Amino acid sequence: MKINKLFNSVNDVMSDVFDGAVIMLGGFGEAGSPVELIHGLIDTKCKDLTIIANNAGNGKIGLGALIGENQVKKVICSFARSPKSITFKELYENNKIELEVVPQGTLAERIRSAGAGIPGFYTQTSVGTPLAEGKEIKIFDGKEYVLEKSLKADFALIKAETSDRYGNLTYNKTARNFNPIMCMAANQTIVQVKRIEKEENTDPEKIITPGIFVNKVTVVSDPIIESIAIDNGETYP
Amino acid sequence: MNEFINLGWTKDEIAKKIANEFPHGSYVNLGIGMPELVSKFVDESKEIIYHSENGLLGMGPPANENELDFELINAGKKPVTILPGGSYCHHADSFSMIRGGHIDYCVLGAMEVSEGGDLANWTTGKGIPAVGGAMDLVVGAKNVFVMSQHTTKDGSPKFLKNCSLPLTGKSVVTRVYSNLAILDVTPEGFKLKEMFEKIDFDLLQKVTEAKIITN
Repeated sequence: MKINKLFNSVNDVMSDVFDGAVIMLGGFGEAGSPVELIHGLIDTKCKDLTIIANNAGNGKIGLGALIGENQVKKVICSFARSPKSITFKELYENNKIELEVVPQGTLAERIRSAGAGIPGFYTQTSVGTPLAEGKEIKIFDGKEYVLEKSLKADFALIKAETSDRYGNLTYNKTARNFNPIMCMAANQTIVQVKRIEKEENTDPEKIITPGIFVNKVTVVSDPIIESIAIDNGETYP
Repeated sequence: MNEFINLGWTKDEIAKKIANEFPHGSYVNLGIGMPELVSKFVDESKEIIYHSENGLLGMGPPANENELDFELINAGKKPVTILPGGSYCHHADSFSMIRGGHIDYCVLGAMEVSEGGDLANWTTGKGIPAVGGAMDLVVGAKNVFVMSQHTTKDGSPKFLKNCSLPLTGKSVVTRVYSNLAILDVTPEGFKLKEMFEKIDFDLLQKVTEAKIITN
């Protein structure tokens, strides 16, 4: 028997997702956003989802489309405001979706710490602001720090550049962003890649996410470029 | 109507003053909007490394039409370039550069700044609240510069005794650069470092709610 984390289609990798799941979505804006996996999530019709991502989607592609289909109960993100955001804005203004605003670095560290088995940590970020209200404050060396708890998920949907059959991942430029730390923080990590590498061809020095953090991989060789698709008026489904 | 909005240094002139302040070899994070102008004015006698918090150290100028790559973007989500010697990293590493005190300077916009160095720049309390990396930058960067018009569009002071809007950080601002003045934040309050040549101090004080110290 050989280990093989490669699956034939987006539908195949999305088979375990359930109603009420907490799902991390990689990406910063459109860079590194797993658009085809999110469309696969829309196809599952799963609802009451909690989404952890940096943003809250644009247009009606990817996360913007998922929110537009009313499958999302709550968004945990750092920056939900965007000129091209339609679906989140509408639901938020009508009190039909919850928002937890988290400073970007705190969001990254809450995810990273979950993946490292650390349940919480103290940080100076947000001390003295509304985002620290109700949280424990502790003083170290005369400075105030706020307790932030780690952030886990049932699933992480990830976009990477390449994978081998072990799930060893490489990324492309700033499309790396949240993807490697989200791979570490979910019970099941599902990845779309542009191409598969034979393991004998992967350079161990170039692997950013070792395969232990990855469960399922499928190929989307020519992924949608979100901003171009939105400018062309494309929507999903 | 605001008679002061077109008075004073231009945005480019303010940007140049900030650029001149960075020592050779500094690691700098420039906020989205007006602070982005600063990179245009760095003297060629020194090398400055720009950090973009989405995971890019060694950021170059914006990408040309024919080299657009939507997987090489800045914190404002616009396609940019990377310079020789640049590197990519994931978000937790990128924010360790900020939160771990490795960034020498950050330049941010402001809605309000208090004489104690409090900054408000992330939400007016209306609409969708969105913070991004601002709260991390203000506590992590060694020097926090604010680049802003001296008053709001309707002429109200932005540099106050106390901020009225929700804070981004408490006692975090090092210095403010406006169209009318450069003010250091000191334990005693705002201290005048430089004033636009064609105004007098009484006018500057009139459009600044907090008291400005001159000696």
